[in-house]
Amino acid sequence: MHFEPVIGLEVHVQLKTNTKIFCRCSTKFGAAPNSQVCPVCLGLPGVLPVLNERVVEFATHLALATQCHINETSVLARKNYFYPDLPKAYQISQFEEPFCEHGAITIHVEGQAPQKIGITRIHMEEDAGKSLHAESFVAKNETLIDLNRCGTPLLEIVSEPDFRSAREACEYLVKLRQIVVYLGICDGNMEEGSLRCDANVSVRPLGEAKLGTKTELKNMNSFRAVEKAIEYEIHRQEMVLENGGKIEQQTMLWDANRNVAEAMRSKEYSHDYRYFPDPDLVPIQIARDYIEAVARRMPELPDAKRHRFQSFFGLPEYDAAVLTETPDLATYFEKVAEDVNDKKLASNWVMGHVLRALKDHNDSIHTFPVTPRYLAEILQLLETKSISTNSAKIVFDECFRTGYDPKNIVEKQKLALITDDKKIDQAIDQVLDSNARDVQDYLGGKAKVFGFLMGQVMRATQGKAHPQTVQQALRAKLDALKNEKSTEGS
Amino acid sequence: MDLTTFDYQKLEDKIKTRELSCVDVTRAYLDKIEAARSLNAFISVYKNDALKRAEQVDKKIAANKAGQLAGLVLAVKDVLVVKGGRTTCASKVLSSFISPYDATVIEKLKAQDVIFIGKTNMDEFAMGSSNESSYFGPVKNPRDMDRVPGGSSGGSAAAVAGDLCVAALGSDTGGSIRQPASFCGVVGLKPTYGRVSRFGLVAYASSLDQIGPITKSVSDAARLLTFISGHDHRDSTSANLPVDDYMSYLDQDVKGLRIGLPKEYFAAGLDPQVEKPIREHIDVLQAAGAEIIHVSLPHTEYAIAAYYIIATAEASSNLARFDGARYGVRAQGVKDLEEMYIHSRTQGFGREVKRRIMLGTYVLSSGYYDAYYRKAQKVRTLVKDDFERALSDVDCLLTPVAPTTAFRLNEKLDDPLTMYLSDVYTVSVNLAGLPGISIPCGMDVSGLPVGLQLVGKPFDEGTIIRVADFLEKSH
Repeated sequence: MHFEPVIGLEVHVQLKTNTKIFCRCSTKFGAAPNSQVCPVCLGLPGVLPVLNERVVEFATHLALATQCHINETSVLARKNYFYPDLPKAYQISQFEEPFCEHGAITIHVEGQAPQKIGITRIHMEEDAGKSLHAESFVAKNETLIDLNRCGTPLLEIVSEPDFRSAREACEYLVKLRQIVVYLGICDGNMEEGSLRCDANVSVRPLGEAKLGTKTELKNMNSFRAVEKAIEYEIHRQEMVLENGGKIEQQTMLWDANRNVAEAMRSKEYSHDYRYFPDPDLVPIQIARDYIEAVARRMPELPDAKRHRFQSFFGLPEYDAAVLTETPDLATYFEKVAEDVNDKKLASNWVMGHVLRALKDHNDSIHTFPVTPRYLAEILQLLETKSISTNSAKIVFDECFRTGYDPKNIVEKQKLALITDDKKIDQAIDQVLDSNARDVQDYLGGKAKVFGFLMGQVMRATQGKAHPQTVQQALRAKLDALKNEKSTEGS
Repeated sequence: MDLTTFDYQKLEDKIKTRELSCVDVTRAYLDKIEAARSLNAFISVYKNDALKRAEQVDKKIAANKAGQLAGLVLAVKDVLVVKGGRTTCASKVLSSFISPYDATVIEKLKAQDVIFIGKTNMDEFAMGSSNESSYFGPVKNPRDMDRVPGGSSGGSAAAVAGDLCVAALGSDTGGSIRQPASFCGVVGLKPTYGRVSRFGLVAYASSLDQIGPITKSVSDAARLLTFISGHDHRDSTSANLPVDDYMSYLDQDVKGLRIGLPKEYFAAGLDPQVEKPIREHIDVLQAAGAEIIHVSLPHTEYAIAAYYIIATAEASSNLARFDGARYGVRAQGVKDLEEMYIHSRTQGFGREVKRRIMLGTYVLSSGYYDAYYRKAQKVRTLVKDDFERALSDVDCLLTPVAPTTAFRLNEKLDDPLTMYLSDVYTVSVNLAGLPGISIPCGMDVSGLPVGLQLVGKPFDEGTIIRVADFLEKSH
């Protein structure tokens, strides 16, 4: 039997606000345990939450970027459950009236037509703390709690069950990550948990309209894990159905070390969360004016930037896609391209040397020693034929190593080419004089000799002449001699 | 002359002219508290701290730098956090909890040089109408030691009535300031929801709770309200509205005021001995030129049901944090996390609190939410609309506070439903979020105080203070 998988994703993005969603504690990652807490995020008796306005602003950004309808009124609700890392024993989230709904993200899977993936809803909520069991400083049979993360703002983006393969789901996740990074609202780091993804997976016989029973996949900490876990789960469900079994609605945990997904004990997830509107918070009212003001401050989104790179800089689609993968790289390129005439040359260097150096040295574009200005200088020297392509690479490497100004490096290493045509002419004349026989051979029809003469000129100029210039000048000189000769002969 | 019987109005001049020192006054109250231990009105007494503070305030007075409530010896219901001291909510689960921060109202009153004398006993987590659910034992009514002081701010009302302090703070979720004030024969004011910041008030039912003063005079209530009111950026539900000087509503006449009598509040169930002095006061108002208007609040009969659904739903969530994991009582000898939760909460909470948590958990459960919680919210809207309609035609409403005077200890302990029904005249005011004041208006045949309630328009505490003050002074 042939099956069709049906997949939906629930993605949590941790917002890059300076302070927590309901108090003024810092959200910085990596601080000493329980050092970024206050009575409010500790949920001490008597405290009250106050919504961080930046969270609303960030949510508005994402809503606009995903074409969601922003609800005029949305409500923060309590999701009640007991867990030691949840100090109030409820999470403040949104339930019946989320921040925004009915959006879409267009994805492009290689070899497939572009697809619109529906966004069911986006809502804001607070993160919980962390329970520590496995760390070296935790005694056996003990659990310690770190509440630094407690109250960090999150947006949860729920997609429609619009994916038919793990590849599509993964492509969407990449795209969503790109959007939130572009918006500057999340750092998109899956390993640190700034971006978390759960998947709802079901399969149904091909052609069947009714959805199969779904399972929820959790604990996937990388794009690769998301793809592998979904593939695993699709396969598992297909096998169960092939063998006449039934899919049980349950939560599965992905184990990235063993590459398997295993069901959680039912007790661990069969919650009745008893959602109800949080009486400590007032409904969030969003006016049209506010949305318009936020829209005006929105950064350019990846799709728009890609199209602009194609139309404005005249770059091929592939280049535009690579250069706009992250906003930082795109900004780097734009700064380089500003001062370089040949945009394709700039693109080649950024995609080639720059990306390779970043990758090889695991460097960040922010601290990259070859600043856009330096790279533009190198490329200008190349464009004006002041240095050769080989030298340009040498200058680039040196600049990367030392952070020195490319012009300095060219000077120090004497890499400048002779740009004075007279000097080249003199060198050619000298070579032609002292190699009269070879000249005669050439004029007699031995075309190969050109290369020899070329080499002699290059040697005479100690390689400081631009080969193309030499080639053109030499050919012009020899052509002139040829003409003379034929005139004499007639 | 026993200075402990004075209200702040009388005490103020003597303190500010240094006829009496704050230390003298504080010491007098501390002696009184010691002598009245059988009332069980206090959970914590700030003996040394209060005297130390009194000394400091005396110095400030001498230097002419004292705040506007200098020397006001105040008792605080143990549901409000005071930095460094114990805040127990009269519960075992918090019996050793020390707050690292001050409630907003405490901060505000500290700034005016109030002297905090201690934390008063109450029904556990403010759940009760008789102050019998306290982990620290019941409070007794100073007017009759065999009777309850009312609840849940029973300790605060008893402390004021027993002259153990000048005034006290209470909290009112369904009548918890007004009913004990009525039972003890003192003044209790519940402000409009949002008038006073709830930051630092341990929540029972967040959408209903308000902090308010319990005092010996309307003037003291007006004065305290002036200083505790106002917007607080730490409480999203606190109203960003200007605060009146409530003292300016004192010593006014009532001529031309339109006062509404809701017919549902003078129907069957109201003890004639309670009704009689109230009717007499209505006559006083009429004689003074106020117009008495008969109005109707038709959804009154559904209010108690709606209240006990909404309040317990919120409470079930608000009290979930007391799980033994981070602070408070933690059960020992448990084998896993779930057992820790179950045993800690079983040991930590008393019967009434458990009853309400279970009720609240039930009404929020999937499958029951629509039938109970959502429906109760709809009723709440109807109740609110009733008041809005009635108050559109009158300046304030006049009603009883409770159907009876103070009942006997243990009388209703095993009959929670009857106990709940005794909140009939107060809970609607919380559901509608309106201001209400309870003032003494006479006695029943056994000499127990009867209270009278005035209910105002939203954020119009001024009018009810004006009428209450007039009635108080007409005695």
